[in-house]
Amino acid sequence: MLTMLKTRADLDALRERCAAAARAEEKKILVCAGTGCVSSGSLDIFDRLREIMSEKGVDCTVELQEEPHEHAVGMKKSGCHGFCEMGPLVRIEPQGWLYTRVRLSDCEEIVERTILRGEHIERLAYQKDGTVHKEQEDIPFYKKQTRLVLEHCGHIDATSILEYLAIGGYTAFEKALFDLSPDDIIREVTESNLRGRGGGGFPAGRKWSQVQRQKEPVKYVVCNGDEGDPGAFMDRSIMEGDPHRMLEGMMIAGRACGASEGYIYVRAEYPMAVSRLQNAIAQAEACGLLGRDILGSGFDFTLHISRGAGAFVCGEGSALTASIEGKRGMPRVKPPRTVEHGLFDKPTVLNNVETYANVPLILNRGAAWYKSIGPENSPGTKAFALTGNIVNTGLIEVPMGTTLREIIFDIGGGMRDGGEFKAVQIGGPSGGCLTAEHLDMPLDFDSLKKAGAMIGSGGLVVMDQHTCMVEVARFFMNFTQNESCGKCVPCREGTRRMLEILERIVAGNGRDGDIELLLELADTITNTALCGLGKSAALPVVSTIKNFRSEYEAHIYEKRCPTGNCRKLRRISIDPKLCKGCSKCSRTCPAGAISGVLKQPFVIDPDKCIKCGACVEACPFHAIKED
Amino acid sequence: MNTHEMYQTADAILDRCGREQRSVIAVLQGIQEHYRYLPRELFPYLAEQLGVSEARLYSVATFYENFSLDPKGHFVIKVCDGTACHVRKSIPILERLRSDLGLSDKKVTTDDLLFTVETVSCLGACGLAPVITVNDKVHPGMTPDKASELIKQLREELQNADNA
Repeated sequence: MLTMLKTRADLDALRERCAAAARAEEKKILVCAGTGCVSSGSLDIFDRLREIMSEKGVDCTVELQEEPHEHAVGMKKSGCHGFCEMGPLVRIEPQGWLYTRVRLSDCEEIVERTILRGEHIERLAYQKDGTVHKEQEDIPFYKKQTRLVLEHCGHIDATSILEYLAIGGYTAFEKALFDLSPDDIIREVTESNLRGRGGGGFPAGRKWSQVQRQKEPVKYVVCNGDEGDPGAFMDRSIMEGDPHRMLEGMMIAGRACGASEGYIYVRAEYPMAVSRLQNAIAQAEACGLLGRDILGSGFDFTLHISRGAGAFVCGEGSALTASIEGKRGMPRVKPPRTVEHGLFDKPTVLNNVETYANVPLILNRGAAWYKSIGPENSPGTKAFALTGNIVNTGLIEVPMGTTLREIIFDIGGGMRDGGEFKAVQIGGPSGGCLTAEHLDMPLDFDSLKKAGAMIGSGGLVVMDQHTCMVEVARFFMNFTQNESCGKCVPCREGTRRMLEILERIVAGNGRDGDIELLLELADTITNTALCGLGKSAALPVVSTIKNFRSEYEAHIYEKRCPTGNCRKLRRISIDPKLCKGCSKCSRTCPAGAISGVLKQPFVIDPDKCIKCGACVEACPFHAIKED
Repeated sequence: MNTHEMYQTADAILDRCGREQRSVIAVLQGIQEHYRYLPRELFPYLAEQLGVSEARLYSVATFYENFSLDPKGHFVIKVCDGTACHVRKSIPILERLRSDLGLSDKKVTTDDLLFTVETVSCLGACGLAPVITVNDKVHPGMTPDKASELIKQLREELQNADNA
């Protein structure tokens, strides 16, 4: 049961009790309960561990209590560690050991040896190049990271407000209520130069002060958790792994701007994030950290969750507010901007999940400290979702200004299956690609803009030499075209035309002038589309043409895909020297394109061939090849 | 379908979400979760209760990807075709599921209303790519063969449930 806190002293006392209870847990088992590990079976592992503990009579607590429990082993479902590839993950404290790819059959041994006897189980530790990395922080994937926003993800029970309080949670909110005036808060955030993590990079402090200045008495705080970029899951991990941190950021924003109501817009594809947030809000309400006259400060604040219904465009500010209002999520012409006329036509602070999660840090440790991390113009850290053809996929956090090389080769462990680095797509369908020449460029808002890409929400999809860049451009254009809301002509019609051209290029029907036409359309869309998503829709095409023009030319003029990815451009032929004339290929061919006389070399009719590759797999003599 | 039961279901959802314009999406989500689609028969009643026009309900129902005006299968399979899954070959999985179930991009639900196969742009489980979900349960590291196997398992599951 949570106690209702009425004063600041109540909160401090509860925090003290929680910290003492957490200290009393001499040993802890943290089972990752992020979406990734849950789908690899981590919840079964949690249940099994508990079962074994009770069989063996080991005292364990599954929930942090306000009263310390002597000598108990704390069992916790933590948030995402980010190392999803190696899941299910189990962290052992106080040693800080990380067990990877834990199976049900390992549970007995973990309790028997690690919990009861304090021994390390080498087999379960992360190993690379023959080195065993016992401690989580010693693993190269983590060693080079600076985890600030994600510091609690994987280290505390994500479903317990008491755990958050035990590590000093809600101290920044407490400061904002009692020690700082709204102006002080805004000054501190402005001073820290925190820039919006949703992609645009607009200074949060400036946005807040614009809202604060509005005369309208009713204002709103809105959190954009509509992380729709394919290949990005930073915000999901924060919402699932450390929900209170984000709530705290929103409450501080509410206090600073004079808003008493907030909305969190979460995309429908994140059911777990929704339930963790609901749980976190209910706990904060039960403690009196949300509601009326919070801790006797006179500040009222309530939070609601709005679930999206599957529309990428709702990540755009005015579309998102329309969707919360129960309408079609379509952007509107700006100005007026959201800070003046936002949700329900009232002044609205709209930031994304990661931005809000940074706020408590800034108030706790100060703007000067925050500015000391990363480059001057884009201070702080950035979470990236590292995916694609890379060894360590997962969620990482590094200071702004870290180079791609450090991210891909040091943290990411290099290319998968010995592939060769070709490009990285950053910022999803609104971003561009970066190539080998950008490997040493610092990643921050401004340098990326110069390179014709954008940080976007932080999805990094790494591609090796087998990836066809024209196909990648087609993929993104297909996505944008599908998700175009249809309100403005440049985006609705322009993206469709661009997609048609890209489709014909990958099908081998590209024409002379197609590249120029693509660039012309891109220019028009970028300059005339209504919203940010339309304006950036052409970026993946423009940046792939800029960096890989020769690949486009090979598709159009030589009807050849240099990577062999585009199926319709494959050329399949039979090597007469290797063919024994067994006729297996002609019997396998679904199109009847192969003919010949038994025991003599067969031939493929290129006009009939549908390039399915069935014959290549069927030939027992490896005589059929693609070129 | 029993009309009386339908109104009761709708009322329960309306009570929970509130009978006001801003609840349109939440109410439709509740209906969709219950029936796995939006029965048109309910629209006049919902419009009246929410204080909006029927046209407005249709405008919302047809705009968002998650809403469907046609019945969906018992198992809704979503193949993730986000960037990370795409570069780790999600399309062959989709093709296999479609060919196993006799579906296409036009026909997404089997005639016996058992399976619906659709794509989703990203589930945020990129670290485990390629993934698919069956009624929101995530299946990581899929291959076309694993997908065929999964369909078999789901059919068995259903049969066992019927027998029991």
